[in-house]
Amino acid sequence: MPKLELQAVRKSFGDLQVLRGVDLTVAEGELVCLIGSSGSGKSTLLRTVNLLTPIDDGAILLDGTDISLPDQDPRPIREQIGIVFQSYNLFPHMTALDNVLLAPRRVHREPDSSLLPRARELFVRFGLGDHMHHWPDQLSGGQQQRVAIVRALAMNPGIMLFDEITSALDPELVGEVLGVLAQLKRDGMTMLIATHELSFAAEVADKVCFLHAGVILEEGRPREIFENPKEVRTRSFLERVR
Amino acid sequence: MSENGAGKQLSRLEYERKARRRSLIIAGLSTTAVVGALVVLVPLAPGWPAVKNSFFNWEIFVRTSPTLLRTFLLDVAIFAWCAPLIAIWALVIAVFRDTRSPALFPFRLFAIIYTDIFRGVPVILVVYLVGFGIPGLGLPRPWNSPYLWGSVALILTYAAYVAEIYRSGIESIHVSQRNAALSLGLSQSDVMRYVVLPQALRRVLPANMNMLIALQKDVALLSFIGPVEIFRQAGVFKSLLANFTPYVVAAVIFLAVTVPATRFADTLISRQNRRRS
Amino acid sequence: MLKSPLIAAAVALLMTVPLAAQAGPECAAGKTISPGKLTIATGNPAYFPWVIDDNPESGEGFEAAVAYATAEAMGFSADQVDWVRAGFDESIQPGAKNFDFNLQQFSITEDREKVVDFSLPYYSSAMAVLVQQPTADAGAVPTIDSLRTLKWGAAAATTAVPMIDVITGSSNSALLYNDGADVVEAMKANQIDAALFDLPTALYVAAVVLDDGVILGQFPADRTENPDNFGMLMQEGNPLKECVDQAIQEITANGVLAGIEAKWLSETTGVPVIQ
Repeated sequence: MPKLELQAVRKSFGDLQVLRGVDLTVAEGELVCLIGSSGSGKSTLLRTVNLLTPIDDGAILLDGTDISLPDQDPRPIREQIGIVFQSYNLFPHMTALDNVLLAPRRVHREPDSSLLPRARELFVRFGLGDHMHHWPDQLSGGQQQRVAIVRALAMNPGIMLFDEITSALDPELVGEVLGVLAQLKRDGMTMLIATHELSFAAEVADKVCFLHAGVILEEGRPREIFENPKEVRTRSFLERVR
Repeated sequence: MSENGAGKQLSRLEYERKARRRSLIIAGLSTTAVVGALVVLVPLAPGWPAVKNSFFNWEIFVRTSPTLLRTFLLDVAIFAWCAPLIAIWALVIAVFRDTRSPALFPFRLFAIIYTDIFRGVPVILVVYLVGFGIPGLGLPRPWNSPYLWGSVALILTYAAYVAEIYRSGIESIHVSQRNAALSLGLSQSDVMRYVVLPQALRRVLPANMNMLIALQKDVALLSFIGPVEIFRQAGVFKSLLANFTPYVVAAVIFLAVTVPATRFADTLISRQNRRRS
Repeated sequence: MLKSPLIAAAVALLMTVPLAAQAGPECAAGKTISPGKLTIATGNPAYFPWVIDDNPESGEGFEAAVAYATAEAMGFSADQVDWVRAGFDESIQPGAKNFDFNLQQFSITEDREKVVDFSLPYYSSAMAVLVQQPTADAGAVPTIDSLRTLKWGAAAATTAVPMIDVITGSSNSALLYNDGADVVEAMKANQIDAALFDLPTALYVAAVVLDDGVILGQFPADRTENPDNFGMLMQEGNPLKECVDQAIQEITANGVLAGIEAKWLSETTGVPVIQ
């Protein structure tokens, strides 16, 4: 059974059809990269999985259970799905540590005594050991984005979604964030990543999906997609971004 | 001008220092000139002795100050218990107004009507209506106290304004903050309480400081329904002594409080602006 | 009233001639703010029983009648009297006034005399204690000991304020209001037990405004150190003062003033006196 499965997912905003029947599977421990030009629907797709955007039609299965049905409490589902955004979205009025602890404290109601050691371990693991008590505006973009990742990981999600997480970063900071993803991959985390970093995708992805005009036009191993794309549109996209 | 870069920079610094000194001197001179003209010219006006006697009568100033200071404590007390209650009630209204769930629509509607009405009606009408009207329904003592209902009138009115300030703060928090919090599995109420409100309240602090200063002045409206606070006491003195100096005393006492408060608010604003930039 | 101004002027001339020896036009000549006219101010609004229906031109009501009698004694016909409205604040502000004198139950006090001029008193008012029936039923009686236990209210700009402090033996013991109407509202809301008014006003409020108003008692005019004497207020140093004083002396001496008082303030007798 795949960890995550999208079946014919459709979503329109008014007259604009953003997703027009997306089928996608992410297996346990797999790293799937979503590529495609801006406006192809990558962000919307990730948001539907996290239930921030309700879908119009189709199904989203997490561990075999349809999570897209209306009338269910989204909170326990969101706990299992971590998401990191392009613009970090750290809470500016809290220190890095409090950003990370807020959800475990409020949702899991865990005492700090058990939370703190785990949080500290996460900070240290991603090279943020010295920045736990810093405020977001005292951190660089790369540091902020890593804190955002730690914040999502602190809820022990079964799958992580990444939405263009390096797009807002200065080029010299991109590497440290991508390094975190590679590390997560080694730890066996299941990940769905929307990205423009094609060389990164080529290097670490198990599967690459090319999203175009609201459908997955082509998917396969990175080597197949990048070196021998079957679709004309995939080819022209790759030529444009390279 | 010097030839080399360092010299050029030095002369530029020198020039700026001179310019700064010159503008200070000009400001000082013009201020002295204006104040001096006022101090010299106004007493030359034919009516000045009468005006001075009516408004700036030192003997009356001294005689009425102690009582006025004592009655000012009532203003301070009313302010002290109204301000926190306004902050709380306004927050309730603002949160009502922000509810999105259709089931809670009545609360939202209530908040909209509430803020529309209480921002539209003159404070003094609310003070009269609540201060005389509600006790007039037949409440027993001490529940008909003008202190109680006058305070309620102020709280009701000011909460409407403060709620709108809160709301502008809440709406200024970008939706991505809500989404980030929701995506972590937080409930809507936790998102509001831990993510949106702390940022929103901080952001509107300067606006609320201005409301506090306005409240400090409007506390005097309670005197319309009985309590003898500083402006009422000044009015009593005015009528007994046929002299306006007691009002000047009251104004001086008020300024002694509101000017530092205003400065403090300004400091907060500029500090916040610095932080955000 | 006479319709033709000519006839009116003739009649006025006839009426004033015999009195001219005392306070005639020659006294007031050139001393009024508009020549040949006497400009009198009253409150806005003016209240019963001082001015009936807020219409001083009718001459109805105690102060309206006193104003016309005084004017007549000064040598002004009814047609030569102009009315304006001015509150207390406008009356005590420094600078020129827009009236010759102002009568609206201004109590003459030493402090006020420093800033404005008052005529001789035209009325000595007793202060009266107004309560509602339930307060009287609860045992309030016209003695100082009983009054001391009541919750007091008064209009802020009146001499009732210091008097309440004397009654209760403490300062700031009363709730104070802008005017008599608000005092009555507070009484209806049961926020105060008792209010101190001049007796004619108290009688009016008890009879007309309140459903169950009761006059508990009156303090005789000489009860306090500063008896509440009403005087006409004039600008400090107004040369007209001597003419006004002469006129008041005259209408006091010839019984005109007593007649007016009997007509408009007759009910003030028979109210128990507070010990």
